[in-house]
Amino acid sequence: MRRISLTVNGTRREVEVEPRELLVYVLRERLGLTGTNVGCDTSSCGACTVLVNGESVKSCTVLGVQADGLEITTIEGLAADGALHPVQQAFHEQHALQCGYCTPGMVMAAVSLLSEHPSPSEREIREALEGNLCRCTGYHNIVKAVQAAAGVA
Amino acid sequence: MATTEQETFVGRAIPRREDARLLTGRGTYVDNYTAPGLLHLVVVRSPHAHARIRKVDVSAALAADGVVAAYTGEDLKDAWPNGLPCIWPVSEDIKMPPHLPLAVDKARFVGDGVAVVIAESRAQAEDAAELVAVDYEVLPAVTDVEQAAGPGAPLVHDDVPENRCYTWSLSAGEVDKAFAEAKYTVRGRYRQQRLIPAAMEPRGVVCEISPATGDLTVITATQAPHIMRTAYTLVLGIPEAKTRVIAPDVGGGFGSKMDVYAEDMLVITCARRLNRSVKWIEGRSEGCLATIHGRDLIQEIELAADENGKVTAVRTHLTAAMGAYLQAVTPGIPLLGAWLYAGCYDAVAYDFHCTGIFTNTTPTDAYRGAGRPEATYAIERTMDKLAAATGKDPVEIRRLNFIREFPATIASGLEIDSGNYEAALDRALEVLDYEGVRAEQAARRESGATRQLGIGFSTYVEMCGLAPSRILGALKFGGGGWEAMTVRCLPTGTVQIVSGTSPHGQGHATTFSQIVADRLGVSVDDVEFLHGDTAVSQLGLDTYGSRSLPVGGVALWHATEKIIGKARKIAAHTLEVSEEDLEYSGGRFAVRGTDKGLTVKDASFLAWAAHNLPEGMEPGLTAQHVYDPPNFSWPGGCHVAVVEVDTQTGAVFLDRYVAVDDVGTVINPMIVEGQVHGGIAQGVAQALFEEAVYDADGNLVTGSLTNYLVPSAAELPSYELDRTETPSPTNPLGVKGVGETGTIASTPAVVNAVVDALSPYGITDIDMPASPERVWQALRGVAR
Repeated sequence: MRRISLTVNGTRREVEVEPRELLVYVLRERLGLTGTNVGCDTSSCGACTVLVNGESVKSCTVLGVQADGLEITTIEGLAADGALHPVQQAFHEQHALQCGYCTPGMVMAAVSLLSEHPSPSEREIREALEGNLCRCTGYHNIVKAVQAAAGVA
Repeated sequence: MATTEQETFVGRAIPRREDARLLTGRGTYVDNYTAPGLLHLVVVRSPHAHARIRKVDVSAALAADGVVAAYTGEDLKDAWPNGLPCIWPVSEDIKMPPHLPLAVDKARFVGDGVAVVIAESRAQAEDAAELVAVDYEVLPAVTDVEQAAGPGAPLVHDDVPENRCYTWSLSAGEVDKAFAEAKYTVRGRYRQQRLIPAAMEPRGVVCEISPATGDLTVITATQAPHIMRTAYTLVLGIPEAKTRVIAPDVGGGFGSKMDVYAEDMLVITCARRLNRSVKWIEGRSEGCLATIHGRDLIQEIELAADENGKVTAVRTHLTAAMGAYLQAVTPGIPLLGAWLYAGCYDAVAYDFHCTGIFTNTTPTDAYRGAGRPEATYAIERTMDKLAAATGKDPVEIRRLNFIREFPATIASGLEIDSGNYEAALDRALEVLDYEGVRAEQAARRESGATRQLGIGFSTYVEMCGLAPSRILGALKFGGGGWEAMTVRCLPTGTVQIVSGTSPHGQGHATTFSQIVADRLGVSVDDVEFLHGDTAVSQLGLDTYGSRSLPVGGVALWHATEKIIGKARKIAAHTLEVSEEDLEYSGGRFAVRGTDKGLTVKDASFLAWAAHNLPEGMEPGLTAQHVYDPPNFSWPGGCHVAVVEVDTQTGAVFLDRYVAVDDVGTVINPMIVEGQVHGGIAQGVAQALFEEAVYDADGNLVTGSLTNYLVPSAAELPSYELDRTETPSPTNPLGVKGVGETGTIASTPAVVNAVVDALSPYGITDIDMPASPERVWQALRGVAR
């Protein structure tokens, strides 16, 4: 076991992890942050996307020990003072989620996109979200939500 | 409150009430469940498609760190004397070989379970599973459905000759005569490739045992908690009264999570043996093997038409893969399309034949649309062939053949209650600017552009809202098709819905609340939606076959009717008038010609207090209604795809997608459109991207999301949606099902568009998925 320390949603956390443990399992099982979902085992689906030092990362592609010293934001840390983040709000208003399983990862990927590119075109949104799969929405309303959030994010 | 000012909810795009928790990471998916002492189960699966199991040795696994138990099929087989159920024995001749949660004699597909390991952590269980030693005698395997049906094929089950599971036929009218007299005869042979449902949440099961009573609580990622409870009793002999099933937030299903799976039985059985809570979470690659697949059939279809191009008869033969075993409704899936091979067209003679065949593959079962996408594909592709044969435009051949008078008894014998296919077609042509797109296509053909344009139509009707119980019984289905809803008016004005159908993304909490809010004159915020837990909702038949609204929603309407009826008696009694003097609107009974009145909310309190109720009336304002639909639900419409095909690379780009659906009365247009969007994406995925492929040894070579191509946002366009509304006359809401329409309609629209683009090159067919390689090969005249 290795002791690591990382800042998660603004709070410094110290945890013992196995060297082989993926960051997503550190978040879910060691820290109880189950908002980040696991949808595959090949880093294909993006359900586990979180922000690492502000940039979107599939948390199944990172070992827990590699996250030592880094700042992580998960879906639980996005809404500030009880108010939904503009991307979350837009997902709600545009019906950009159905079963909700891809949603945390999709939202984090969209937040990362808009922080790098505040007013993306539809094509740019679609390309940017290519690593995040959704089986329910056909992406139509997800794209609309990102466009709507781009106006306010 | 004056009734005219009452806020109404039906028909409005109200944002979903279920979103908040899902958007903030507070969903309750099974994998989020944890408890002290929870054990983790891992299934050891056969790496061979067909092999005799000589010996399974779990001793090394048992010695590994953290391992609590390891069992073979032999160890556990007494727990399930009858194996897993198939509840739809479709024919007299059906063969239903035993299907055990863990194989004992032979493994029959890659992924067939042979042992389980249970440990303190999932990682320990996975490590130890590697140590289970299985001595296999590898046997010849067959994964292709036509090869399996052919001479000399290996037998999946020794006692099932020719791998034939069943034959099933339906015939009406003088088919041979119609073909003999036909001016035009066209035929198609289509391969419905095998698909992997791939709901974003893999499956998972937890079983807890109450230390006090020994009762079981099973938390499972299912579409069908009520059916599961019954199934656990049937398979494991546990009394239903001792079992509580919870479907928490479920991350998509598309049919794949309505099945009765081995892993549920393994988790429950091991939890009971060990008297500890046990959890199993499916890995994605594991799920590609262990969760049912969809489609996998060969369709042969023939149309006869008269000199005008009017279809007179349809003849269909299916060879459908069952996979290695029968899951809950495997044999019935191809037959759910049996009545629809003439589509929305007015044929008179009809012949349908299906042969179910075992193969050494993952079992097939319900996947979004289940039988109807296949039927719609066959008829819509073949209508384009008829258009070509008769020299008519694909639009005109459809227009000529539409069923126009309702109710309509169709060639296959069922009755379509309502529809208006031409209105949807006309609207779609308008949205599309059909002439403009055809002109653009002509210009590109003329100029020899690299990117050629194709336009594909699919005008469809489908049957959903499963289903009238009498018909299900006549078809040998093991259960009914009713749905149960309870409405409870609490004393302070909250109205509870206890729903027998539970959502996994469809937004029931919002839609059903809108119905109740308008019926009882409350706000949607005053409606509480309870579901997905058999301790809370004791009666129900769950969610599949686009049934929640046309069956469950209608049950809910009837339950509110009972509430209004009782509240009316309370109002009349309290206001000292006769019931006939009361006018009900917007949740209030007004005494005609006066400003006196009483609301349902008032009646709720009066019924609860019970101080002064009419003589003999029971206290409380609660009603249950169990609704058995008189007919299926028959949505229809017109979908149009516009594709660009790169004639140098074979790449297909979906440029535009127009969908005009008629799902009757719409309760929440935003949710309805969301259902259509998702359905289209899945249908497009079959047309262009997805295919489960087995190699010659029976290995699934598309066994993960790296090689099974679920499309991303980058591969799909925004969709152009509109609708027509032809209310269903068979239910008081006028609603029809919508969950599967997009998937049913879209696949042929896209493939028709691809073939249309390629038609100047003499190409008349392309297998699915229409991948760049297939298109490229077709353009080079290489038969695929």
